[in-house]
Amino acid sequence: MSWLQTLRVALRALARNKMRSFLTTLGMVIGVCAVIAMVAIGDGAKARVEQAFASMGSNMLIVLPGTTTAGGAMGGFGSQPTLTWDDLKAIQTEVPAVRWAAPALRANAQVLSEDQNWTTSVSGTTPDYFRIRSWALGQGSSIGESDVDGGTKVAVLGQTVVDKLFGPGANPVGQVIRVKNVPFNVVGVLTKKGQSPMGQDYDDGIFIPVSTFQQKIQGGLKNYLAGPMIVSATSAGTTDRAQRQIEALLRDRHRLQPGSDDDFSIRNLSELAAAQQEGTRTLTTLLAAIAAVSLLVGGIGIMNIMLVSVTERTREIGVRMAVGAKAGDIRLQFLVEALSLAVAGGFIGIALGMGLAWRLAASFGWPVLFRPDVIVVAVAFSGVIGVGFGLYPAHKASQLDPIQALRFE
Amino acid sequence: MEHHPMEHDPEERGSTPLIRLEDVAKTYRMGDVEVHALRGVTLSIERGEFTAVMGASGSGKSTLMNILGCLDRPTRGRYLLEGKEVSRFSADRLAEVRNRTVGFVFQNFNLLSRTSALENVELPLLYAGVPTAERHRRAIEALARVGLGDRADHHPNQMSGGQQQRVAIARALVNQPQVILADEPTGNLDSRTSTEVMALFQELGRAGITVVLVTHEPDISEYAARIVVTRDGRILSDQRRTPKRAERSPWEPVAVGEVAP
Ligand SMILES: Nc1ncnc2c1ncn2[C@@H]1O[C@H](COP(=O)(O)OP(=O)(O)O)[C@@H](O)[C@H]1O
Ligand SMILES: [Mg+2]
Repeated sequence: MSWLQTLRVALRALARNKMRSFLTTLGMVIGVCAVIAMVAIGDGAKARVEQAFASMGSNMLIVLPGTTTAGGAMGGFGSQPTLTWDDLKAIQTEVPAVRWAAPALRANAQVLSEDQNWTTSVSGTTPDYFRIRSWALGQGSSIGESDVDGGTKVAVLGQTVVDKLFGPGANPVGQVIRVKNVPFNVVGVLTKKGQSPMGQDYDDGIFIPVSTFQQKIQGGLKNYLAGPMIVSATSAGTTDRAQRQIEALLRDRHRLQPGSDDDFSIRNLSELAAAQQEGTRTLTTLLAAIAAVSLLVGGIGIMNIMLVSVTERTREIGVRMAVGAKAGDIRLQFLVEALSLAVAGGFIGIALGMGLAWRLAASFGWPVLFRPDVIVVAVAFSGVIGVGFGLYPAHKASQLDPIQALRFE
Repeated sequence: MEHHPMEHDPEERGSTPLIRLEDVAKTYRMGDVEVHALRGVTLSIERGEFTAVMGASGSGKSTLMNILGCLDRPTRGRYLLEGKEVSRFSADRLAEVRNRTVGFVFQNFNLLSRTSALENVELPLLYAGVPTAERHRRAIEALARVGLGDRADHHPNQMSGGQQQRVAIARALVNQPQVILADEPTGNLDSRTSTEVMALFQELGRAGITVVLVTHEPDISEYAARIVVTRDGRILSDQRRTPKRAERSPWEPVAVGEVAP
């Protein structure tokens, strides 16, 4: 019997028991739907984390002033200035694995436009800051080296601040804002970056030259940075090396004895990102495992129904054998039935799974990712399940004795 | 080996019989109990013969038919069909023999329910790998031959017992078998319908098809040219005689060739 005939016979047999076929398929539908949706959700979460870390800065280290307590617990970093401007310069020039380093002094302040006001974070920094964080300008220009050298009163705004002070969509470049009663010229606006992995709004802040910050916003000490610095390594692979080199350099510069605690601390964001990604990977694995279990349950459902079907149709099998069906024909017929159920379930599951993933992604604000490979794997897997779980019932059917089968009531 | 005086010996005539059983026995095992359904049957059937097998219930008629139909294999002895020792065939080769050489008709019709008469008749052709168009043509032809050319799309549950048995006969003859085996084909039919079905078998016999049928009704056996009687798994008697001709069937069997669609 040809393949096409076998398929026709199988589909007709399934069509005869529509409700049962549908219910049998349902297990596969749910399984495949779960796989597709779960993988899409896992990927979406991962992409979301990656996106967030990308806006935090690639290969970024944060160097914080201050000591740890004897117990090892973190004790108020940044409260105690220990990092000097010379330290920053040394990190910039003497550490081979470092590409850029920039101060990140911060204060919260009320910022006023002509008719609005908004309390936000004001950062004093240098042009390298934006390079380290890979933040791009949407409008205007960035702070220049000459602004830092000259202590000019210019500001680059985050999108949230623009929205609050000038209204959504406005172009504030050339306008004047006031911070602590000091007028600043708006020279640029950063592109929208969204939230940090911890839920902080990256777009809610303004940036001014570090020299201006020290003169006009927060006095502070002359030789010391009143805040952290951010550093980027030359590449993702050199982040750890950069961390070790900075550590050695600062210990040397601060003349710390071997065995004594650091009077600074370095946070490695790629470690944090890796931890976060590990978390999402665990989540994805867990979800995939749950989905796989439901697929397995779907497969067992098919096997169960196929076994019932073989028993119910014993006489039919006997009749087919009596008129010339070979064991192989019978086996193939039931196998194709199981396969059809599984694959049909697979396709419906893919459609539903994609719909579900789309809905979830939309409501979480995640990017929707459909991986063709997952769809191929899901179809192939449902096929494998169909064959795997159909094999035993089909074999059982093929091994029936024609006489016994014809006698079966 | 049993040798009944009435049994005729085909070797004497120098040709290979269509069917030859040599000391065939069948023993069923039910736990510790052995049931000897056949205890050594030797029998030859020539091409074109119309044979009725009679005997009391439990005398081994069905067992004999199942072996003749290659649905079952003997425990002992040889079965030669067209000179080939089918008792030694593999399951797959037996399936081929069932498909091409023998057509089986059952007491309870054994049609597939919820499947049209046409598709039921097509079934053997499906397993013979006959292409769709030819399959349809030959199935319709076979249905026409049993007078059901106009019922091709009816389902078994829309048909009378006699019609269902005629569909089963069409199915048995659709692949042009050498022999049609029928185990109590009229057992579930009333006497008028039985006569119709017997007329059909006689017609097939006249067309050169070998027919072996089981019956326990003497008036049915009268239509056969040879009567084999079984008892306790052995052949008690084997007689030839002039058969009674079944009265003309009420439907008009259509000759082959007239129904080509
Ligand atoms: N599958 C079987 N298992 C055990 N015993 C069987 C089986 N088939 C038939 N028999 C026994 O074999 C004997 C002959 O049965 P059967 O050939 O069906 O007789 P008949 O058709 O003449 O009534 C009976 O005693 C029956 O009980
Ligand atoms: Mg019987």
